[in-house]
Amino acid sequence: MKNVVKASAISDVLQGESREFLSFVLGEEHYALDIMAVKEIRGYEPVTKIANAPPFIKGVLNLRGDIVPIVDLRMKFNVGQATYNEFTIVIMLMVKGRIVGIVVDGVSDVINLTEDDIRPPPEFGVAFDSKYLYGLAQVGEQMVILVNIEALISSEELGLFESKQMTGQE
Amino acid sequence: MSIDMEQFRGVFFEESQEHLAEMEHLLMDLDPEAPDPEQLNSIFRAAHSIKGGSGIFGFDALTGLTHVMENLLDKARKGEMPMSVAIVDRLLSTTDILKSILASYSSNTEIDWASIEQGTQALEAILGAKTPAKGAGYALFDSPVKAPGPAYGLYEKTQQVKESEDFGFFEPIGKEEKDDGFGFFEPLPKTEKEEGFGFFEPPAKTEKEDGFGFFEPVAPAAATMQAPPAAAPPLPEEPKSPPKTADVKKAAPQAASPASVESTTIRVDTHKIDALVNLVGELVITQSMLNMIGSDDGGGSRDKLMTALNELERNTREIQEAVMSMRMLPISFVFNRFPRLVRDLSGKLGKQVELTIEGGNTEVDKGLIEKIVDPLTHLIRNSIDHGVEMPQKRVENGKPAQGNILLRAEQKGGSIIITVSDDGGGLNRERILAKAEEQGIAVPDYPTDQQVWQLIFAAGFSTAAAVTDVSGRGVGMDVVRRNIESLGGRIEIESSAGQGSSFVIRLPLTLAIVDGMSVAVGNQVYVVPLVNIIESIQPDESQIRSLGNDKLLWVREEYWPMLNLYQHMGLDGAQTDPAKGIVVLIESAKKRFGLLVDSLVGQQQVVIKSLEQHYKRIMGVAGATIMGDGSVALILDVESLASEVKVQKKEPQTS
Repeated sequence: MKNVVKASAISDVLQGESREFLSFVLGEEHYALDIMAVKEIRGYEPVTKIANAPPFIKGVLNLRGDIVPIVDLRMKFNVGQATYNEFTIVIMLMVKGRIVGIVVDGVSDVINLTEDDIRPPPEFGVAFDSKYLYGLAQVGEQMVILVNIEALISSEELGLFESKQMTGQE
Repeated sequence: MSIDMEQFRGVFFEESQEHLAEMEHLLMDLDPEAPDPEQLNSIFRAAHSIKGGSGIFGFDALTGLTHVMENLLDKARKGEMPMSVAIVDRLLSTTDILKSILASYSSNTEIDWASIEQGTQALEAILGAKTPAKGAGYALFDSPVKAPGPAYGLYEKTQQVKESEDFGFFEPIGKEEKDDGFGFFEPLPKTEKEEGFGFFEPPAKTEKEDGFGFFEPVAPAAATMQAPPAAAPPLPEEPKSPPKTADVKKAAPQAASPASVESTTIRVDTHKIDALVNLVGELVITQSMLNMIGSDDGGGSRDKLMTALNELERNTREIQEAVMSMRMLPISFVFNRFPRLVRDLSGKLGKQVELTIEGGNTEVDKGLIEKIVDPLTHLIRNSIDHGVEMPQKRVENGKPAQGNILLRAEQKGGSIIITVSDDGGGLNRERILAKAEEQGIAVPDYPTDQQVWQLIFAAGFSTAAAVTDVSGRGVGMDVVRRNIESLGGRIEIESSAGQGSSFVIRLPLTLAIVDGMSVAVGNQVYVVPLVNIIESIQPDESQIRSLGNDKLLWVREEYWPMLNLYQHMGLDGAQTDPAKGIVVLIESAKKRFGLLVDSLVGQQQVVIKSLEQHYKRIMGVAGATIMGDGSVALILDVESLASEVKVQKKEPQTS
């Protein structure tokens, strides 16, 4: 039953056509998110710490005049080692009018997927709660987990948005 | 109306507001004894523009009232009708009505037809008193306006209607001309045309009377009025009136041409300017990065590079200044509304007050202008109500009967100083103290005058003997102070008994920039608003006392509670020993405390950036800024930090 719901959710995104996803690596796993949510990809830079924020919120940085929060998904979902080196990547996302950066271990590819390529997500075995997932897709030898990035970033679990500001306004 | 009209509606509302403000301003300036024809012309044009626009959008309530107003003004500017204080008053209150109509239209709320009717009638009464025939004529005109007839949708048509009426009145026999005039009425149903004519034919049919039952008493009067002038041409009004119609027609191009000359300004969305300010901020940072690279680079073209970089630096700075100045407006935008307030209020209270304005050209940030209106209004009301005495009392005290309130703005360094001072009785120390005691407001022992004056900013404080509708409810001065502090400013009072008092407001030049002291804690840099800093000290061991687990600092004969910034921000590797770090003594509205930091980095102006735009509010942080190297520094919110400071038993005096 649940799977049916998921399938319809992704079909909303795909609308029957093929759509591009950006795949990235967290620890050992390959994930992908809707490329339309991606603003830009940049290297990791030192951030300004924020008082009393959970550890996975690394802090804020200056993105051409915008003060943008940076979230380390590896720390939030306990995947991989939260190390920071010259290969560490930040994907800047535009979600509901807000810019949020997520720290990942690497960005691999842009993949084209149609609705038929997408399987329902498993109930377990993935770091993310299945409510943040569209499903799974097989790309070559690789299994890619499709993340509903908008649901994840605006979730209360991450606490990036003040609940009353869910509309994305100030 | 098509959807396309929607976008123009906003422009119309904005423009009309400006016209109304201008009208009010001009009316205030107008000398009723000897009105300047140029001023009258400007007022007329403003009314005319509003009427024209409202006609296009079908805002009938506006059209009707401005029309009558316009007629009155037209008479006045031609010298056909002497101006008087009463007429100016009437016109001023008409602008008020227009403002409220405008507000109703822009917010899509119910229009107060009763007040419009009243306003129209009052104007007509003035018109009628001077030129009886006209008065009746406009009553006639008004009625179709009230019925939202499509014919009034267009300005030109409105014009023509009036024309036709004029002809109707003065040449009742000229049927053909009338027909011409009413030709413009085409969109209106035929019956209405007939009704219109009905006015000129006293033996009206019942059908007509149905439509105009409202004006029935006027109609016969109009009919009788019109007859004598037609029969007796020597009346001065008569010959002038037909040319008048021609004049009004000309007025349309006239109103348009000065506008095109004056339009050296354009309307720009403030968001666009903000975006520009942001981009320029980025440019400045990029430029300073280039400078750093340039000075490191030892290549052969180094000298050339440095020259070019210097050039770039100058250009960047000039761009920054130019962009910042785009947000600046002369403070007269705020000040110009006060002569009206003083006039109305002093009249109401039976006092004689003159308002002197100085420094209206001082430029301040647009955001600041909007927020300074309420506090200033309150201070001026306060000065009129409590400051300036009744004329009789003033004379008894050897002062001129007319009191004076001075409103002055000036720029000093990075701040704007606004002074509201009166030559009234000054603050009464004993009464304030007595009142504070009565209302249970904490008073320090042996308070200085300054401390006593600050008491009036306490919530719920009022010394007014009686509560008037002007002031005295004790809601206000605390709000004034809070508003000013929320703008990053502060307010001080100087007062001497019998001489008057002045309220001095200090505001930062712009909301976007704050004067700050950067402090280092651990590996992070924070900015403390300079306005809150009293001084920074490196305390001696002997100055630090322990009270339980808390440390207190003994400075300036006072104990200061301490707040460890590293603790509040959850930082490691910071200096934890006050004797080895720096303590910044901070004063907030609520309390004073010492803030322990590692070291001072430097004093600089920083551009305030919103954290909430992409993240959310952080406790103890007012915003963020971008430092010269492109990194982000958080600006501390002293007020919310102050509430973190534990309440000490032996707390330094606060008010």
